[in-house]
Amino acid sequence: MNVDRITEKLNILADAAKYDVSCASSGSKRKNENKGLGNASNGICHSYTEDGRCVSLLKILLTNHCIFDCAYCVSRKSNDIKRAAFTVQEVVDLTINFYRRNYIEGLFLSSGIFKDADYTMERLVQVAKKLRTENNFNGYIHLKTIPGASDELMREAGLYADRLSVNLEMPTEAGLKLLAPDKNRQDMIDPMAFLKKEIIQRTEEKKLFKKAPMFAPAGQSTQVIIGATPENDSEILQTANHFYKNFNLKRVYYSGYVPVLADKRLPGLNTAVPMVRENRLYQADWLMRFYGFKVSEIVNTQQPLLDLDIDPKLGWAIRNMHAFPIDINIADIQMILRVPGIGLLSAKKIISARKFGRLNWEQLKAIGVALNRAKYFITCKSNSFEKRDLTGTKIKQFILAESQSKYLKNQQTQLSIF
Amino acid sequence: MTRLIYDGTFEGLLTAVFEIYERKLNYINLQKIGVASTAMFEDVINVITDNSRASRVLNGLKKKLSANGVQRVYIAHMSEIENEENNIVGFIRHAFDADRNIEEDYGNRFVLRISEIMVMMRREKHRMEAFIRFQKLKDETYYAVIEPDFNVLPLLIRHFRSRYADQKWMIYDIKRNYGLYYDLHDTEFISMEFSEAKSATDVEASYTEDEEVYQHLWKNYFKSVNIASRKNTKLHVRHIPKRYWKHLTEKI
Repeated sequence: MNVDRITEKLNILADAAKYDVSCASSGSKRKNENKGLGNASNGICHSYTEDGRCVSLLKILLTNHCIFDCAYCVSRKSNDIKRAAFTVQEVVDLTINFYRRNYIEGLFLSSGIFKDADYTMERLVQVAKKLRTENNFNGYIHLKTIPGASDELMREAGLYADRLSVNLEMPTEAGLKLLAPDKNRQDMIDPMAFLKKEIIQRTEEKKLFKKAPMFAPAGQSTQVIIGATPENDSEILQTANHFYKNFNLKRVYYSGYVPVLADKRLPGLNTAVPMVRENRLYQADWLMRFYGFKVSEIVNTQQPLLDLDIDPKLGWAIRNMHAFPIDINIADIQMILRVPGIGLLSAKKIISARKFGRLNWEQLKAIGVALNRAKYFITCKSNSFEKRDLTGTKIKQFILAESQSKYLKNQQTQLSIF
Repeated sequence: MTRLIYDGTFEGLLTAVFEIYERKLNYINLQKIGVASTAMFEDVINVITDNSRASRVLNGLKKKLSANGVQRVYIAHMSEIENEENNIVGFIRHAFDADRNIEEDYGNRFVLRISEIMVMMRREKHRMEAFIRFQKLKDETYYAVIEPDFNVLPLLIRHFRSRYADQKWMIYDIKRNYGLYYDLHDTEFISMEFSEAKSATDVEASYTEDEEVYQHLWKNYFKSVNIASRKNTKLHVRHIPKRYWKHLTEKI
């Protein structure tokens, strides 16, 4: 093994892959078979980068050679950077040896497009196939599907991978046209539709025949880049909602655009990464998936943007003061979940605990409710509760005044430089 | 206030519960032997561990709690978190005194405390599953050293057995001086004499040839995936507290 050469390739191809934010390694059901290596049923973050993101998978490109020229992408054809390519065996060896040392949960393999879609996709599938069939590897494999790849290859990919994903790249078709003129949105939607159909069909088969092979047991996901094009939060979340509903996606990832290239179609190189906005989008995404919120309750034509100062649940609550206060000892779980400061776990604990007796403020606090926010919206077994008739705006002021937002703090330190 | 002193075993703790009910004690303070007391005037009972009494208490508990509830009591004790005995006993007494299953009575401070301990144990177990870094030795054994906050090694068996079924591995808790060894067939607890316990240099001397190569590649990978313009040290340290760094290949 030529250590220097492999090191250089790894540096180039990991660096080029890092803007793909998906790191999930959960949701699969793959077990260790025949005393082989690994399993994929846990979802473990083995490390965290200095920017605080999880490192769960060996996330690399097979190559950063690319025939496309997408404005937002470091690997675009016209960008003058070092290029490299792994062989299939090199990726297999890295994956196995990292996995055996408990560095990773598995492999996330993507690629620049060389020659054409099928040629590229075939190489990706080869890696997965080799890991599964020759190395008896049961760890997690996430394969990027190349837009425009044939159904046959997609089907084969699904047999070896736990998760497949096609990146939409831009939240809307107009955004994609602007920045990635070589790409066609339909080429991304077609494989998603194909995978959805295939996953449903295979799951049915699996119910009937236990021995039927698994097909992408962790489902499919996608990613959109935020802040490179002018779409507002409403458009982004509507898109996400559309794909959750119609394509059974497990996840939509929002990737705040990191300015890496100078291009007049893009935000300037000194633009800050929209990290707060990205965070608010994820919070909104969680509200849609786990808290029973409709997308139109979070953003709509009157409220096309998420409030950056406060989380979207608090935002909804102060716009809907007529729904509060609620009695924590009577309200149903759907309503409790809508109270700012009460998360999924606290809500479940409240429902269980109140069967034993009505709960008071101290007990709610001990259970884990953030009373600094929740106190404006609930009553409990106590005579003291918020009796003033406060407007939503007033509550927002109170909460912001007493909470030191981590984002607010960042801004202040930045300003104090001047 | 009566002070009960027990030997630190789970059976000892259950025997203490037996004594509490037999003597109809109300205000008690249960302590492991060797813990200094500051109170001057109090009754002291030395609990003598009695397996038949302990199993009567355990059987009683099984009638009051689900299997999972009983396991919670066991894990809370196994955690070896200091001075939690009174919370565990509080939980057991609450279970015995109630006319229904109290496992989800989170309004009760003992129930809530036990559930907090479960969260702490689960987090530590999960951290070990994530942060353990094996080093491949010449005899093909993958070796890792850990220093977990709580005693979670026994909880790791299932995870590592079902993951690394085809390689020999050893995980050694140097804080509590015992380890787990898997020889491709069975796992067993082992403990090494202090002189045998492998120091860092000994371990390096017994690396396989490619061990340093893969450590080097992993460190490089870790650097390459970082996005400098998103640096967020606070979040980084919250996810990997500094006390874990000394056993993390990529942070050494």
